[in-house]
Amino acid sequence: MKGSDKVTDIRTAVRKFVRDGCHLSIGGFTINRNPMAAVYEIIRQRIGRIHLYAHSNGQGVDELIGGGCVENLEIAYAGSGRFASTCIRFRKAVEAGTLRVEDYSNYQMSLRFQAGAMGVPFLPTRSGLGTDIVRRWGFSKEMRENDPRLPDSKLTVMENPFGEWGDVPKVVLVPAIHPDVTILHVQKADAQGTARIEGLPFSDVEQALSAEKVILTCDELVESDRLREYPEQNQIPHLRVDAVVHIPYGAYPTACYRYYDYDPVYLARFGKMAKDDQSYAEYLQEYIYGTENHPGLLAKVGEERLKRIQADARTGYAKDLDRR
Amino acid sequence: MMTRYSEKEMMAVAAAREIRNGDVVFCGTGISMLAAMAAKHISAPDSVIFFETGAMDAQLEELPLAVGDSRVMYGAAVNRGLSDAFAFMQNPFSGRRVVGILGAAQIDPYGNLNSTAIGDYERPRVRFPGSGGACDVASFVSRTIIFMRHDLRGFVPRLDYLTSPGWLDGPGGRERAGLSPGGPEMVVTNLAVMGFDKETKRMFLRGCYPGVAPEMVLERMGFDADVSRAKEIFPPSVDELRILRERCDPQRLILG
Repeated sequence: MKGSDKVTDIRTAVRKFVRDGCHLSIGGFTINRNPMAAVYEIIRQRIGRIHLYAHSNGQGVDELIGGGCVENLEIAYAGSGRFASTCIRFRKAVEAGTLRVEDYSNYQMSLRFQAGAMGVPFLPTRSGLGTDIVRRWGFSKEMRENDPRLPDSKLTVMENPFGEWGDVPKVVLVPAIHPDVTILHVQKADAQGTARIEGLPFSDVEQALSAEKVILTCDELVESDRLREYPEQNQIPHLRVDAVVHIPYGAYPTACYRYYDYDPVYLARFGKMAKDDQSYAEYLQEYIYGTENHPGLLAKVGEERLKRIQADARTGYAKDLDRR
Repeated sequence: MMTRYSEKEMMAVAAAREIRNGDVVFCGTGISMLAAMAAKHISAPDSVIFFETGAMDAQLEELPLAVGDSRVMYGAAVNRGLSDAFAFMQNPFSGRRVVGILGAAQIDPYGNLNSTAIGDYERPRVRFPGSGGACDVASFVSRTIIFMRHDLRGFVPRLDYLTSPGWLDGPGGRERAGLSPGGPEMVVTNLAVMGFDKETKRMFLRGCYPGVAPEMVLERMGFDADVSRAKEIFPPSVDELRILRERCDPQRLILG
């Protein structure tokens, strides 16, 4: 039993699973393996009021916010490394009061996805004791109590119920996350949705397993037999996947280990245009609304630049790429 | 003969000198990666670099521009995920070997850090990226080294938001909160190196860079600090500079 064929196109997958007001999580980390083709499609379809979950997501989060898609955000870190030490559209939206943010730490967010994946209501950690992450809430008590999709508390501190056991007096309990849909970009998947992530998986696996529906985009669509030859190298079983979309360069302009690097030219231009509302409107028009789909955006970027970010076979990134 | 060097080069070298063989170095983005890379080439070849993303003992042939950069994945001993990386630090067997290198927008006299927001939290004047792994590292590990720009906006008596715990409110603060006993060890700035008093847990001046007087340091801080223990900090050596420039950051991506 290999499961049914779930291959579809990105427009169909987004239309079917990503709705106005849905709870969404996207995979990747800062400028690596963000599901950008899906992010751009969500912006093109002008889906709004999204409740977004991420840990340290950079480019994908910033573009969804910039595209006007996000109403609430639960996150640990909004940055794109040296390209944007704080995500630019994120920062503007928070300072303008148009985006509600609930702050956690990276480990807390990872544990929250893990709790969702495990089917338990919360998990404990020692992280955050004594800090404003515990004391201050971004979402008010009223907002939480009026929304059945949110736990009544951001988190809570508890005495160790096992006394001195483990030499830990107190723990912070962080609530599980159950997104309606998680979108990941992976290197390899088969038509049924079994996936292989190469390099760091970040928290992608927990994010996928915590969600009701999962969309995978992949750089390579491969035969099942090839993945099943080394099942220990696969992380996501087809049983939990609802749509598979084959999109080469689906993480562009972020990196995809062993396939391509991030594009410093695109990220730098985005950074420049994102600083001002007028030029950002031009960016949206030129690169996203003005292109029909991801291949259209890639054609605009041009083959020469895609060639420059090709991953080197030994290192998995574009060696000696000019990143200034 | 004096060799010319920049502030950033001095900062990277000052932090690198504190890393010892056997240390497991947790790196954030930017200058902390340079310090860790430099230490591996200069004083601590047997230190291990690791990232919150899950890359353990990364080789770093090229400088990563983010902790999620593919350059942290190449040649690592293990590529797992965030859950494993933070468990490694939370677990006292491994956590006590970790030196965390952090940065922030604000620091207070006890080494508590703000990397979240300036002004009102609900409607901040300036919003920063948030904790990322910083709060986790500061909660778990035995030593942290903090990079800061030395100015009145950064060195404040009270933080606008406490993102990452230092010594909290002073002696016994971490124990009362339920945290592990470690804490901040030093602050490396563009002017000086600050330490924390063993008894009071308050920040003091450990030393100034060549050409910097203690008064200059105090003028750029919003709280008082003991300067009586300040020792001279040696400038980067020719070897340290060569390694930093040629081996660590030949494109001057962080050095500028």
